[in-house]
Amino acid sequence: MSRISSLFAELEKQGKKALIPYVTAGDPNPAVTVDMMHGLVKAGADIIELGVPFSDPMADGPTIQLACERALEHNTSLRDVLAMVAEFRQSNADTPVVLMGYLNPVEAMGYETFAKAAHESGVDGVLMVDMPPEESGENAQIFSDNELDIIYLIAPTTTNERIAEIAKFSSGYVYYVSIKGVTGSASLDVADVEQNLVRIRERVNVPVGVGFGIKDGVTAAAVAKVADGVIVGSALVNKIAENANQPDQAITEVTAVLAEMRTAMDA
Amino acid sequence: MVRRCWLSTLVRKKIIAETGAGQHGVATATVAARLGLECTVFMGSTDVERQKLNVYRMKLLGAKVVAVESGTKTLKDAMNDAMRHWVTHVDDTFYIIGTAAGPHPYPMLVRDFQSIIGRETIRQCDEQIGRQPDAVVACVGGGSNAIGMFYPYLNNRDVRMVGVEAGGYGLFGNDHAAPLCKGRPGVLHGNRTYLMEDENGQIMGTHSVSAGLDYPGVGPEHAWLKDVGRAEYVASTDEEALAAFRDLTRIEGIMPALESSHAIAHGMKMAKEMSSDQVIVINLSGRGDKDIHTVAEIDGLEV
Repeated sequence: MSRISSLFAELEKQGKKALIPYVTAGDPNPAVTVDMMHGLVKAGADIIELGVPFSDPMADGPTIQLACERALEHNTSLRDVLAMVAEFRQSNADTPVVLMGYLNPVEAMGYETFAKAAHESGVDGVLMVDMPPEESGENAQIFSDNELDIIYLIAPTTTNERIAEIAKFSSGYVYYVSIKGVTGSASLDVADVEQNLVRIRERVNVPVGVGFGIKDGVTAAAVAKVADGVIVGSALVNKIAENANQPDQAITEVTAVLAEMRTAMDA
Repeated sequence: MVRRCWLSTLVRKKIIAETGAGQHGVATATVAARLGLECTVFMGSTDVERQKLNVYRMKLLGAKVVAVESGTKTLKDAMNDAMRHWVTHVDDTFYIIGTAAGPHPYPMLVRDFQSIIGRETIRQCDEQIGRQPDAVVACVGGGSNAIGMFYPYLNNRDVRMVGVEAGGYGLFGNDHAAPLCKGRPGVLHGNRTYLMEDENGQIMGTHSVSAGLDYPGVGPEHAWLKDVGRAEYVASTDEEALAAFRDLTRIEGIMPALESSHAIAHGMKMAKEMSSDQVIVINLSGRGDKDIHTVAEIDGLEV
């Protein structure tokens, strides 16, 4: 059983939901990321989604676009991101790490090379926004041969037939995008999410994480009532943006937001 | 274009488009005006500046022009922002992509609609010279006019197909927009094709004197035509394109778009190596009025 699956099984026993923060690797600079990851774990993160910076993040709103730009100013490459995960693993053997990003940096590195290096660095899963299941084919096989879970996105507009297709390729968890839009958009509607989760759960065997539009403890707690995991990105990345020149302060503020969510979810 | 908009009126009231040179933006704004649809056009802020005439044209037609400030502020960033807008407003908005790239089925749709160019060429050649040309030549940015010209000729192996990319300051450096000549395969905007990218898979900024060719990718069908060897892909530099712009204007009285001028430059090169009874068709994909400011600035004049 993968580190991600074991984690969800363990949380289920405890009656808890997974808190899954996203930060972009290398934001505001590469030296901060590993400390940030440890900080997130202390604040209550169960899984870390680590963004691989990309020049054209077309599914992301301005917050994460700018995070990518800050990281790319320091030339943060996919290899650098893997090195960060390896460093994180030296003192954390338990918290699953999912790399989230776009396909082209992986294409450039080569699927075999990437999958092998990711596994050796201690990466547990990959979420490639622009790798749809029907195009995954051999690549999905390469990822699973290297014990990497493959996390796919499901949107409000995804049909039931397509959810069933996505389910065939999914492992670890699926990521339900709560609203029609890009990251950092307007608030989500919990009743609407709950309704969609019914049709998703009928077709998917892995846990469902919900992201997009989760801003604070209140929204996190509301989503935790209906989902298996709560994914939060832009609300954290905004704190990094506000403190881009004071990385220590960025870690303090990001972890404070996350801790508030943890408390609200577990209450 | 009109047919594509008719489709959209059946279900959705708003249309969006991205544009580089503004040609596609103007076309979209025109049919939107004709059909009473709300139209928003995304355009990199660099291109808004260098294609002022088309921006004004779109505004006169009632379209809203959004100047995109992200990334390199050119066509690829306009496409990113159009996609972001589209996924956010998918219930009432239809996205009319202006080139033969993007996620399936866009490359196919755009190819099929643009194929009117090649079909018309076949008919006119039949009527006017009683045979088909020895070569067809078209400029390639995203590659919509070129695929439209090439597609109906695919199975006529006697016709050479030549796509001309933007060579910018020359292919020796990175200041060009010629992914088929100098790029390598990758994934951008939902399709796998040749891209201008660095060793880490980050998309590079491009350079071309023509906004419409200033794109780091190319329609995936061109990538395939290159790989199977059915079409040839070359590049003309900014300088060659400008010279061709002046030549066609002075000699024929036709002012071509700077995009099309790339094809003209290469077509003239090819002609020198062919015999006088052979025929080349060069696709004049756009008119040059919109580029007068750019050319005047190069000449050191203010218009």
